Amino acid sequence: MNTGSILSRERTYAMPGFSRWMVPPAALCIHLCIGQVYALSVFNLPMTRLIGISQPTPDDWKLTELGWIFSIAIFFLGASAAVMGRWVEDGGPRRAMFTSAMCFGSGFLIAALGVSLHQIWIVYLGYGVLGGIGLGLGYISPVSTLIKWFPDRPGMATGMAIMGFGGGAFIASPLSVWLMSLFSTPAHVGVAETFVVMGIAYFLFMLVGSAIVRIPQPGWKPAGFETPVRAGKLITNRHVYVYQALRTPQFWLIWLVLCLNVTAGIGVLGQASAMSQEMFPGRVTAVAAAGFVGLMSLFNMAGRFLWASLSDYIGRKNTYFCFFALGTVLYATVPHTGSIGSVAAFVMCFLVIISMYGGGFATVPAYLKDMFGTRYVGAIHGLLITAWSMAGIFGPVLVNYIREYQIDNGVPKAQAYNVTMYVMAALLVVGFICNLLIKAVHERHHMPIELAEPEAIAA
Amino acid sequence: MIDENTGRRQGGTTTLHLVLAWGFVGVPLVWGVLKTLGNAMKLFQ
Repeated sequence: MNTGSILSRERTYAMPGFSRWMVPPAALCIHLCIGQVYALSVFNLPMTRLIGISQPTPDDWKLTELGWIFSIAIFFLGASAAVMGRWVEDGGPRRAMFTSAMCFGSGFLIAALGVSLHQIWIVYLGYGVLGGIGLGLGYISPVSTLIKWFPDRPGMATGMAIMGFGGGAFIASPLSVWLMSLFSTPAHVGVAETFVVMGIAYFLFMLVGSAIVRIPQPGWKPAGFETPVRAGKLITNRHVYVYQALRTPQFWLIWLVLCLNVTAGIGVLGQASAMSQEMFPGRVTAVAAAGFVGLMSLFNMAGRFLWASLSDYIGRKNTYFCFFALGTVLYATVPHTGSIGSVAAFVMCFLVIISMYGGGFATVPAYLKDMFGTRYVGAIHGLLITAWSMAGIFGPVLVNYIREYQIDNGVPKAQAYNVTMYVMAALLVVGFICNLLIKAVHERHHMPIELAEPEAIAA
Repeated sequence: MIDENTGRRQGGTTTLHLVLAWGFVGVPLVWGVLKTLGNAMKLFQ
């Protein structure tokens, strides 16, 4: 890449007088857009009647075929974040954000072509592969930049961006429904046009983020902030090379911590509506269950910001101790709420659980920064995203299969989730132990200072 | 403002820049949150 290119790292350095508070909105421009992936399901039913219009015909796509679009996108999110992390770090946030915008926007346009031609493989290729790569690059692109701008509050800074990923669905869901209603006619569902508009709109929105993002000059610190001369027990001043981090037990322990925390949350997130109705038959209607799911999404988003911000004060390890200890108690309490018939207690338990699920995502970049330094934190975070992909498979499978097994063995539906809750509590106990085992990274893994911070030394 | 040494524009951020940047992301986010909150209220009806 030509260093003179407007996308290059060299052209992204902040000039004197630049406010670091411009960087979180830049990150949010990306995360609010890519968070759309959580609202992809609003297209499912309309896409099952692209030919039949009012109702599905045998030639229409099936829900099972459409479900693969999300799965492929999430797979490529994890894969691209893991593989391209080093490229993102080296090239700087602007190049990564721009590439993410190109991939995500064009993914929508190619998917629109697939919908128009009624060729599902083109949709897989467009939204799934290309869009998924855009998701992965976009997800990790602002992380290390935010941490460098906010060394005093890294949890809060990354929490803000990752909160945007949770909030993206809030915008995308009503927007998609509104656009489809605008473009639909008695002879047309309007999905392709909606994809085109969203592809262009998201590209432009993300472009703004790419344009306003800046990286701090080497050696920059916020006014009044002094890097501690002697680092804390679990906070290092040194840096670990991205692939060296894979050789440390700390990386794999944090990988397990994230995986277990996400597994416990993601399994119930997908089943919340059915679970609330089955545990309280006749008391929680389908409409109320939909409201419960909406409320959980809000707590998921808010938890990302609040827990990550709190971690700046109580420490990352203690924050995860809260997630695992409180989560274990709450999961173990859920069956009791069902047996006493307390909907309010059931809702409260899950709102706190889901806030900690979101908080786990948002706190982990700062945890990595504490353990491995800032130099390759974005790339290391990219590698850690594989824990999410793994949890995305395990969580729902665990919940669904245990429920089915219980029902097949004659357990009433209202009690079919009890074992699942205890299994989730047990997973969190394992997570607690993994978190307990995390110690500072041994100095033999640290990069030599002249390699880690050549610009700072030159400055 | 132009830097005399580099000839490049200085990156001074004004309050207007901050308001525009935060408004650009904040307005759609608040709109989405309010919509979702409206739906979530059905739980209590």
